[in-house]
Amino acid sequence: MDPKPATTPAYLPPPPLIEPGHTFGSVTEKIAAIVLTRRHPLSWVFGLTVGFMLTMMLMMALAYLIVKGTGIWGINVPVGWGFAIINFVWWIGIGHAGTLISAILLLLNQGWRTSINRFAEAMTLFAVACAAIFPLVHTGRPWLAAYWLLPYPNSMGIWPQFRSPLIWDVFAVATYATVSLLFWYTGLVPDLATLRDRAKKVWLARVYGALALGWRNSARHWARYETAYLLLAGLSTPLVLSVHTVVSFDFAISIIPGWHATIFPPYFVAGAIYAGFAMVLTLAIPLRVLYGLEDFITMRHIENMAKVMLVTGLIVAYGYVMEAFFGWYSSNRYESYMIWNRMTGPYAPYYWTLILCNIITPQVIWFKRVRTTPVLLFLVAMVVNAGMWLERFVIVITSLHRDFLPSSWGMFHATRWDWMTFIGTLGLFVTLFFLFIRVLPMISIFEMRTIVPGAKVKGSSAH
Amino acid sequence: MDQSKPTYGLMAEFADPTTLVAAAKQTYDEGYRRFDSYSPFPIHDLFDAMHCHDRRVQLFVLLGGIVGGLVGFGLQSWISAVAYPLNIGGRPYISWPMFIPVTFELTILFASLTAVLAWIGLNGLPMPYHPVFNVPSFARKASEDGFFLAIEADDPRFDRTRTLEFLRSLGAKEINEIEA
Repeated sequence: MDPKPATTPAYLPPPPLIEPGHTFGSVTEKIAAIVLTRRHPLSWVFGLTVGFMLTMMLMMALAYLIVKGTGIWGINVPVGWGFAIINFVWWIGIGHAGTLISAILLLLNQGWRTSINRFAEAMTLFAVACAAIFPLVHTGRPWLAAYWLLPYPNSMGIWPQFRSPLIWDVFAVATYATVSLLFWYTGLVPDLATLRDRAKKVWLARVYGALALGWRNSARHWARYETAYLLLAGLSTPLVLSVHTVVSFDFAISIIPGWHATIFPPYFVAGAIYAGFAMVLTLAIPLRVLYGLEDFITMRHIENMAKVMLVTGLIVAYGYVMEAFFGWYSSNRYESYMIWNRMTGPYAPYYWTLILCNIITPQVIWFKRVRTTPVLLFLVAMVVNAGMWLERFVIVITSLHRDFLPSSWGMFHATRWDWMTFIGTLGLFVTLFFLFIRVLPMISIFEMRTIVPGAKVKGSSAH
Repeated sequence: MDQSKPTYGLMAEFADPTTLVAAAKQTYDEGYRRFDSYSPFPIHDLFDAMHCHDRRVQLFVLLGGIVGGLVGFGLQSWISAVAYPLNIGGRPYISWPMFIPVTFELTILFASLTAVLAWIGLNGLPMPYHPVFNVPSFARKASEDGFFLAIEADDPRFDRTRTLEFLRSLGAKEINEIEA
């Protein structure tokens, strides 16, 4: 007689990070072939064409801005901050998910980051590039911005004001862009060596070879490389949290009702990660189908990203509730008027659309059916992308348009140049991203090798 | 093998990570010090087997971060108190809490730049030419699915015949001489 009771497993092991049957060779071949082939899908040509045309529109809008000045935009008293800051905050927030995936999930030992970190980091870089356009051009005379923004010894003896959050922003964003680029490049070097070794054409092997710095997969090199990579992840983690905190200081340090709130830093960081994961899903869901990468970017990855989006979305929802609560609890008539005006004033439709996009719609992610249906998830991600843009619109515009005195109230009307600049940066982002997936491996090849079953050392005591 | 040609060393190829780690351990125990292993991805057991514990990367990053922090705070203090003092309502020139964000960002910036320069520099990169690529199977497979171990000729214990015998005894799939 066996006294052991019938056992059921306490939990099911998580599904694998890579579909079974892959070897070092097949992983390498599959990812490198996307770059080294002469053929690319028609959708790539189409996407690049659209992106390039919109980029040209951006160039036009920026050229006209430089000729005419910021008067071509819809900004005026009292709404002196318009699309430039909305778009800046939106883009920089999108970038945050890339760093979260590459750095924070690495430190937390989350194996599922492996197949999505490379293109998420690329997304970060391109989003930061789009974001950086706005603070530069919103000055109207970007060629003078050198001494407005940077501490450089100019002949007038003028220096920037370091007690201003706008200068903190310059340092935060410049550091973020630089560190993201370094982190991305460090991750790319072993893969560039792989492309060098596989390239059939001599010139191509030379280009990849020069970029790979002569990497030869030596164990002594790997040891130092891994240390440096981990340290970079450790440095990026507080950095990414600081960047959106500093961005939120642009608002929170001021005394405008609706901006002057202590909840802004955490609420902005959560919003950034929320928007960023929405954008990662927007990119990952079509990519895995177009390039047949379902083996590497599995449903487990998609589902995990959806869950992160849901959690950060709930933190953002908490932020909205707190804003309303502060309006009431502060007993400050300007604070309570601001939130009342947001909910019932002329911009109320924007506010309620934002609530619909950012709080109500994402609740469908609670259902496993939605999390495992890429098409539905893609639609939710698009709604969140739009919702997060609206959030910044509501924060910026509704806080400004009713000044302290009713005599200086006004409305904001975006001009066609505002829209051309915004949509133009979408084009720039698409263009850069499509060029990236054409010339660089969009999934980290060497990290994928580490999750192939054969990579385990038998009898290993190591991590 | 042609005995007259100059050689960089002998290279053995192994079938999988497990045999490579075992081979690297034995090579170290045998007394060889100038040797290297090559694998298409980092293997932590291999670092232990070869005793590669270079702690200079960490040290440089720490120093970089400290320098960055000092530069950041020093720059702001010098500008705000010496180069361009602005009296705003009698507030102190060195209003240090307002200097924390930029100090923090420059700490991270300098530490990250040092981290990248450290791994590139300490690894002796960029290196446009290296003899290991003269082995055809290495050039083809090292960045895909090849696991190699090379004992270099300038190791004091290196002896063409004895080292060759030793590598054979480790169970190598294939052994090649590396042309210098």
